[in-house]
Amino acid sequence: MKFVNEYRDPELGKKLLDRIHKRSRKPARLMEFCGGHTVAIFKHGLRQLLPENIEMLSGPGCPVCVTASADLDRAIALGSLPDVIITSFGDMVRVPGSRSSLQKAKAEGADVRIVYSAQDALTIARDNQDKSIIFIGIGFETTAPTIAASILQAEQEKLNNYYVLSLHKVCPPIMKAILDMGEVNLGGIICPGHVSVIIGSHPYQFIADEYKIACAVSGFEPLDILLAVDRLVEQIESGQPKVEIAYRRGVKPEGNQPAIRLMETVFEIGEANWRGIGVVPASGLQIKAKYERFDALKNFNIDPGPTLEPKGCICGSILRGVSTPRDCRLFGGTCTPENPVGPCMVSSEGSCATYYHYGDSHGR
Amino acid sequence: MEDKILLAHGSGGKLSQDLIQSFLPDLANPILDKLDDSAVFDISGRLAFTTDSYTVNPVFFPGGDIGKLAVCGTVNDLAMSGARPLYLSLAFIIEEGLPVANLKKILTSIKHAAEEAGVKIVTGDTKVVNQGSADKIFVNTAGVGTVPEGVDISATNARPGDKIILNGNIGDHGIAVLSQREGLKFHTPVPSDCAPLNGLVADMLAASANIHCLRDPTRGGLATTLNDFAGQSKVGIRLEEDKIPVDKAVLAACEFLGFDPLYIANEGKLAAAVAPRDAAAILAAMKRSKYGVGAVIIGEVVAEHPGQVVMNTILGASRIVDMPVGELLPRIC
Ligand code: SF4
Repeated sequence: MKFVNEYRDPELGKKLLDRIHKRSRKPARLMEFCGGHTVAIFKHGLRQLLPENIEMLSGPGCPVCVTASADLDRAIALGSLPDVIITSFGDMVRVPGSRSSLQKAKAEGADVRIVYSAQDALTIARDNQDKSIIFIGIGFETTAPTIAASILQAEQEKLNNYYVLSLHKVCPPIMKAILDMGEVNLGGIICPGHVSVIIGSHPYQFIADEYKIACAVSGFEPLDILLAVDRLVEQIESGQPKVEIAYRRGVKPEGNQPAIRLMETVFEIGEANWRGIGVVPASGLQIKAKYERFDALKNFNIDPGPTLEPKGCICGSILRGVSTPRDCRLFGGTCTPENPVGPCMVSSEGSCATYYHYGDSHGR
Repeated sequence: MEDKILLAHGSGGKLSQDLIQSFLPDLANPILDKLDDSAVFDISGRLAFTTDSYTVNPVFFPGGDIGKLAVCGTVNDLAMSGARPLYLSLAFIIEEGLPVANLKKILTSIKHAAEEAGVKIVTGDTKVVNQGSADKIFVNTAGVGTVPEGVDISATNARPGDKIILNGNIGDHGIAVLSQREGLKFHTPVPSDCAPLNGLVADMLAASANIHCLRDPTRGGLATTLNDFAGQSKVGIRLEEDKIPVDKAVLAACEFLGFDPLYIANEGKLAAAVAPRDAAAILAAMKRSKYGVGAVIIGEVVAEHPGQVVMNTILGASRIVDMPVGELLPRIC
């Protein structure tokens, strides 16, 4: 990370772009899995610079966006219980659920606090022993290890007022689910950056082997992404899909083993509810029985009520790569970052917010 | 004296007196020393008058603290209208329990900042509130200054052709403060850029009066300031990304947090829109000034896309630089 500047070197960037333009012939659809990649691609205007035969699609890699309305309703219902403090990452509190949002619940008297990390939630738990502190655990393999660590620490400190609502999701299974749905015909995938720092590049091997789709793990600097595209183009043109790492300074093929062990100690694989995709088996992380006294779902009785999806919002099909924000009739009119209808307009990593903020040289 | 601030320190009684007396030597000047209900002084010319309240978490951060911030912030607000800052008021709202030593430290930096900026604190107030009713300490300052003849600076004054000048690296303050936040602590070598800019502005004005817009990009960052210029002047702004200076460490922190330096707060930076024919002279004057050494031209005002800021990216693409919405939040993914 120290050398971040060299990943912005315009000369190197132009060389890579040249190579991509020379080598790329076949029409190819590439999906960037991470919302963070979508942001970087727009921020640096990369779509304008790639050859016309390359089409970039945004994927489901925005943790806030993929949280299902039903799960949000649970979080909101938990917040309405007496003597409960909800702690959450910031973007999450603005996402509309079926009838309310954590932010609205807060205005109506629920104690909802924004934290930067599960460690902050632990501090709140220590300082408020007479209250139950529930952390809304969202995110992929990136955040899960730190939240696992918070549960282990709570156990060690014998904190008995700390709970986690685990809505964590894991990436490779959802990639498989999207490919199996067959709605998008992909030539290559820019695999997650920070997620891969934890899980490594091996878990994507099945995509190259079974689906014959090119894979490259990328960082978030413009040159990381160009290098990933360059690798994908090479694989596509040569007809030899594999998994490459275009993010050497961050990702090792085997990942970060201690972090993986931490996750495996506390969580087990279970089903997860993905917005726009539905319940996908083996795509989420649930708290193991051994740690169930920290599991918000096991320790509180709530009735979140029936689920209603925001009317007119097509976040679901955007997350599957089937539509883009421009296909949504509410985009930029009824739905803006100030007044978001769906989660993709709330999260700083959401596709709709990214399209809205960065647009292109021709406007929004 | 007690080692923690008590409610009684704000009651107006003996403890209040003691506390105020303990401030005085640091801030002493003939107007303040009278301790009358209001400060009385002569002033002539066009007045600039501003106020701002300061809250920062943490109160002490690398490169400054809330005291320095409260002086520099108000001095800079005056300076941005081309005024020569003269007098400041200073008011504290203190949460009971604040260590007196911390208050002392804050006062010392207020003294130093005021000395450097050449302003006098001429009136003040202290209130103490119950624990939980404030977060450690809030500071309000108001300031007056005089605007020299012929100076007309406003965010509505940008014209096509104007050059956009920035006085150095962006994002230092925001990253320095964030690096100290609970739950986010990370190591960064960058201190806050918090500084009084009135000297720099005086040097710029001495070089040319054709400075059209001037603003310090504090909260909301450079992107917000330039959007203000574009929106209020009904012009477009075209930026060159490769000209915008950002410290390597700030870029690294931004990469890791998922932030864009254009939206990060500064406390010692200014952006100016200046007449093109005087741009070189103003730039040269800035480079000779203490807080302008890193000054650069980062873009220009255009007639196209009024109200919008568009940036040519380092790789030769272009994109909109929008107003920020809501608070900056670190990435989750
Ligand atoms: S623009 Fe708004 S309503 Fe439309 S898909 Fe995006 S978030 Fe949903």
